[in-house]
Amino acid sequence: MTWHGVTTDPRLHIVTGKGGTGKTTVAASLATALAQEGQRVLLVETEERQGISQVLDVAPLGTQEEEVAAGLDGGQVWGLSIEAGAALVEYLRLFYRLGRAGDLLHKMGAIEFATTIAPGVRDVLIGGKIYESVRRTTAGRAPGRRSRSEDPPAYDAVVLDAPPTGRVGRFLDVTGQLADLARVGPIRHQADAIHQLLHSDTTLVHLVTLLEQLPVQETLDAVESLTSEGLQVGALIVNQARDAGVRASLDLVAEQAPDPARLAEQLESVGIRTSAAMISGLEQTAAEAVQRRDLEASLEDAVVAAGRPVLVLPHLPEGVGPDAVRRLAAELAAQGVASA
Amino acid sequence: MPDLDLGAVLADPATSVVVCCGSGGVGKTTTAAALALHAAEQGRRVVVLTIDPARRLAQALGLTELDNTPRPVVGVDTSAGGSLDAMMLDMKRTFDEVVLTHAEPETAQQILDNPVYQAVSSSFAGTQEYMAMERLGQLRAQAQAEDSWDLIVVDTPPSRSALDFLDAPQRLGSFLDGRFIRLVSAPARAGGRVGARALGVGMSLAASTLGKLLGKQFLLDVSTFVAAMDTVFGGFRARADETYRLLQAPGTRFVVVAAPERDALREAGFFVHRLARDRMPLAGLVLNRVAVSRARISADRARDAAESIEESGDPHTAAVLRAHADHAEVAARHRRLIRDTAAAYPKLATVQVPLAGADIADLPALRRVAESLSTP
Repeated sequence: MTWHGVTTDPRLHIVTGKGGTGKTTVAASLATALAQEGQRVLLVETEERQGISQVLDVAPLGTQEEEVAAGLDGGQVWGLSIEAGAALVEYLRLFYRLGRAGDLLHKMGAIEFATTIAPGVRDVLIGGKIYESVRRTTAGRAPGRRSRSEDPPAYDAVVLDAPPTGRVGRFLDVTGQLADLARVGPIRHQADAIHQLLHSDTTLVHLVTLLEQLPVQETLDAVESLTSEGLQVGALIVNQARDAGVRASLDLVAEQAPDPARLAEQLESVGIRTSAAMISGLEQTAAEAVQRRDLEASLEDAVVAAGRPVLVLPHLPEGVGPDAVRRLAAELAAQGVASA
Repeated sequence: MPDLDLGAVLADPATSVVVCCGSGGVGKTTTAAALALHAAEQGRRVVVLTIDPARRLAQALGLTELDNTPRPVVGVDTSAGGSLDAMMLDMKRTFDEVVLTHAEPETAQQILDNPVYQAVSSSFAGTQEYMAMERLGQLRAQAQAEDSWDLIVVDTPPSRSALDFLDAPQRLGSFLDGRFIRLVSAPARAGGRVGARALGVGMSLAASTLGKLLGKQFLLDVSTFVAAMDTVFGGFRARADETYRLLQAPGTRFVVVAAPERDALREAGFFVHRLARDRMPLAGLVLNRVAVSRARISADRARDAAESIEESGDPHTAAVLRAHADHAEVAARHRRLIRDTAAAYPKLATVQVPLAGADIADLPALRRVAESLSTP
């Protein structure tokens, strides 16, 4: 099986997960792993959080694409923060030749109005930018040349740091949200095109989880609901997992309950003065560590049972940053993550 | 930092509302449920409003259906004369009920059928916060009218920032009362043509562009919606301001919940400042899920000992020491973070809840949390 579990070549990778599971870091690592020699990968965020610039330690991203990191084997990672208001102004400029009137609309509060109150419009605008970046060809990079479908794509892959699982279903259901509002017109047309892209075999949704009760539950629920909505679920990514050494050590602890007398004698033998409180504290710590290990094991089984490929990323106690992203990218590459 | 005595806060008959705030994922709902259970078992008549409880906690509270109505929780010790009702917020239903209570039947139906209303009431940023406050106001009125509860415990919606709970209703209110939306809906209010002329060139251009983009029908729906809602709320902003003032009323106590993590503590700090600025009564900070080392051996020392013991051939004892070292490292990190917070907020009252091995999904587990919360 491929690392993403489908036989086609995905180009749009949507990364979601429960809030706090490290989606942004995983998305950045995935983009870094996918950017192989000579390739360009676009890493996109949509909620104006500047998460990408924080994780990669670069200046805040604007509405223009810019290079933000080097790929693992020499490719390029570009970054973009999509902002609905700017996307709307750009859209109006393009389709209605509005020119500077866009600024006026901003001043009037019309842009805020359109991107906030009209449900789904915001998502269509953001989706439209994503659609454009997936479909753009290298010819489209050079001004004045019409791009043709046989030209190579501008980006070999696009990785989207998507809204968390709680909101992602609505975000991806661009046409459903619009249903009652815009039945015709350019927005509707664009929504249909995005819908088609999201439901095509070039798009995958990857889910990030921790081995904790709630994130796993949300992940499994999301696998089910995304699948039923006709979206392709890719890999399930277990983030912040214990490394193999710690696991092996815990397996050993679990083999038997510690014998208090022996524990005390061993500690004394290396010069630690023991007390009854210390020994019972150690026994309790051991019991709780085993309990947590068992819980994690059962959660991991549940993740595996979902039937999607599982990728595992280690917990990095020193925190996230560009080095951590590269390290996680290398982990992903070692587990088979590569672009076609 | 002084100790936070939540047991005393809950026992004080002057305390009538407890609001649990904090950034997402820190255990607000669990804290709210534990505080409510404790107060009820100490003899208070309590209702707890939860927003989005984890499935098993919801089951423990008997919240199997989302019907927006408080129901008695089974298994509560009522021997002290107290009681506990629990409910889960249904924001759409709350919104609908507001409309149905305040509008004439015909107008109400018109609003409920409006597609813009349906969008705003079910999926609009800020609606959940707005409706949580609205529901709190309703429960309070009901408690006073029927003398049914003497304490309301509120959980707040999950959001990145704790401040959203305070800001979102007003943000939504001022947006709905905003210039553009007012102007777009002016014709409907002025009864037709008069308003349109007053729009001016810029606004006509803006309105016609949006009309092209979103459809004329949509703008019409917006204008009908705003006009109709005006009669219900008398202005969203005014209504939001009013509910906001409820939070400043005597008897309200804020409990800020944070996990011992840098981001959550920073959020909690912002929130504490904000409460002080708006003169909202803060009870204190709950530090939730704090790892506590159970044996007085430092992580480094335990690792050294594990290495030596392994050489002499007792791998099991070595592994136990390593498990302790891992846990002690987390505990040390939590201690440092809490110490930094204490230095930054020397007057902030705090209480710690230790990290539990399993998740909290039944009343006995909630009682254990409550015990840590109420014993400073």
